[in-house]
Amino acid sequence: MAHNWDFATILQNWPVLWVGIKGTVFIFVITVVLGLGGGLIVGVARYSKSPFVSWPARAFVEVFRNTPVLVQIIWFYYAFPILTGIETDPFLAAVLGISLNTMAFSAEIYRAGIQSISRAQWEAGKAIGMSYNQTLRRIILPVAVKRVLPALTNRGIEVFKMSTLASVVGYVETLNQAKLISDLNFNPIESYTAVAVIFFVVLYPVVQGTYVLERMLRKGD
Amino acid sequence: MSEILRIENLHKSFGDLEVLKGIDLTVQSGETVVLLGSSGSGKSTMLRCLNFMETPTEGKIHLNGELIGTERGGRMRYREAELCALRARIGMVFQHFNLFPHMTVLENVMEGQVIVLGRAKPEAQDKAMAQLDRVGLAEKATEYPARLSGGQKQRVAIARALAMDPEVMLFDEVTSALDPELVGEVLKTIRQLAEDGMTMLCVTHELGFAYHVANRVLFLHEGTILEQGEPQSILKAPATDRMSEFLEGHSLFKLPD
Amino acid sequence: MEWNFLAVLRDFDLLMLGLLNTLKVTGLALLFGVPLGLALALSRLSTFRILSGIAGFIVEFFRTTPPLVQLFWFFFALPILIDVRMTPLIAAVVTFSIQSSAFFAEIFRGGILSIDKGQWEGAKAIGMTYGQCQRRIILPQAIKRMIPAFMERSIELLKTTTLVSTVAYTDLMFQANELAQKTFRPLEVYTIVAAIYFVLIFLFSQFSIAVEHRLAKSGEGTVR
Repeated sequence: MAHNWDFATILQNWPVLWVGIKGTVFIFVITVVLGLGGGLIVGVARYSKSPFVSWPARAFVEVFRNTPVLVQIIWFYYAFPILTGIETDPFLAAVLGISLNTMAFSAEIYRAGIQSISRAQWEAGKAIGMSYNQTLRRIILPVAVKRVLPALTNRGIEVFKMSTLASVVGYVETLNQAKLISDLNFNPIESYTAVAVIFFVVLYPVVQGTYVLERMLRKGD
Repeated sequence: MSEILRIENLHKSFGDLEVLKGIDLTVQSGETVVLLGSSGSGKSTMLRCLNFMETPTEGKIHLNGELIGTERGGRMRYREAELCALRARIGMVFQHFNLFPHMTVLENVMEGQVIVLGRAKPEAQDKAMAQLDRVGLAEKATEYPARLSGGQKQRVAIARALAMDPEVMLFDEVTSALDPELVGEVLKTIRQLAEDGMTMLCVTHELGFAYHVANRVLFLHEGTILEQGEPQSILKAPATDRMSEFLEGHSLFKLPD
Repeated sequence: MEWNFLAVLRDFDLLMLGLLNTLKVTGLALLFGVPLGLALALSRLSTFRILSGIAGFIVEFFRTTPPLVQLFWFFFALPILIDVRMTPLIAAVVTFSIQSSAFFAEIFRGGILSIDKGQWEGAKAIGMTYGQCQRRIILPQAIKRMIPAFMERSIELLKTTTLVSTVAYTDLMFQANELAQKTFRPLEVYTIVAAIYFVLIFLFSQFSIAVEHRLAKSGEGTVR
């Protein structure tokens, strides 16, 4: 029971961990932008009246929401190159898996947001002579996106946590580096505790921020 | 007649806001007391203090001669178990009925008997049916509350309280949430209770009810009892300007000459 | 390139064994995670400051740290700390029970808070204790409202169990890795495994949507 906590080895290996943290931030930024950005396109497509647009969007959403993201990453790493001849390195496989998964989830968030806007708003747009696209872009989306901001932030938090899965295919991020430090110094307790604390310290304020955001939006509505 | 409820120097504050500023009242067994007052006068808070839905900040409450709580260090202390036992002896009916939607009417009326009083189910069921019959809803026993009208819901709520064999009944604006045409059936039920000799305290805006059913009317203003007396005199000839204004505000009610 | 599923189908029982283990981990994590979540929610709602503070910290900590980090911690670090023999199964069940309990706690809390204050008053007025109120009046209603969120979280849990493959527990994902190496057919293996997960999860979510519709029809609100 009496374990001697010794975080000195972690501090000594800080440069190793730092490489991982940079890797985490890098993949997070790319996947969150692609995922939440692409999700908007899929979400709007999913809402389209044309079945040729809405059905592929729906199929995409169903496939990526109903399979585990780790399966997606591994599929892109091992199976995708055989199918397409395109080589994927750990980074690309992880980016594809996490981004597409996030696109599917955020598409549903955007769609719910668009659906929550009353018909009267569409009619008001039409009445002043706007086209469907103009109404969508200028009237509906600004309100819808604002409304789903808390849900999107939560998705962003999930993406940040998901980035650790990239380590499974060998991408160099925080958890991967912690494992390396742990293997070299035989200090799994300190290594993994350090990673957990890093994530907690980053995400806890963000989570508290979403609570504030939710309260503000509720008041504003 | 014997004393059933005695309140001494009742105070209640919410934070800095003092809602009750020293209420003294003695209620005799079988009496019907109506509490009047504009909103914010403290009448509902006073009622809710009597069965400790709100804990009084200061003051003493005696039920049937026994003091509720124990005095220690100049303050009253209340144990949760004691308060639960007390609430089982005092019936309360609310503005919004507060029936349990996941239980049938019969189960609603049996719940307290079985869980709180520990009555056997057959006995509780007989008792429940008797009380439902009393409020005229025996045939609705197997329905869920969602299927009842507001007036019916409120009568079930009354039966639920009565099934506990309460020593006192508290009615907190029980007709305020009802459509006008449903008010009558509920008031009739309460009037019947009064005639059966139940001790009751009612917060209401129904001046006609107060006039015809109450033995005594209290007029609360800013946390104190400003006036009290028999309804026939106090409603016709209020002593204070405050109460006159209040009665004029309820001009829908025409007092009989 | 050519698809060839024969090699995969020959060893299909390996995958089925993995699927069974996936369901086993999910089931066990639910078995422990749900009651633990209820306990955390009730603690967090408690007026006793220290208790609600601790429960709040546990919930937030396990919601804001990645499940894979938690799994590694329980598998590699905990055995040193308290000197227990840790198997992949135990590590997985412990991790996912606690991790999902943090999420279930928030669902429970939302459900309980969504119940009208009048229900508490109605129960209190007939002399019920806090425990009786909670057990007989509040929770039965709250749980009904929580069902959709509860099922959604269970599906998330099922997906998250794929992580146990990284500590060498023979779940469906792990078996897929084994089979891919054995047959040199990663494309077919991973595609089939993805399809198995898809069918399983798709059926679960369709079922959960159907239940949600029924609840909506019966006039019950739901919480997220």
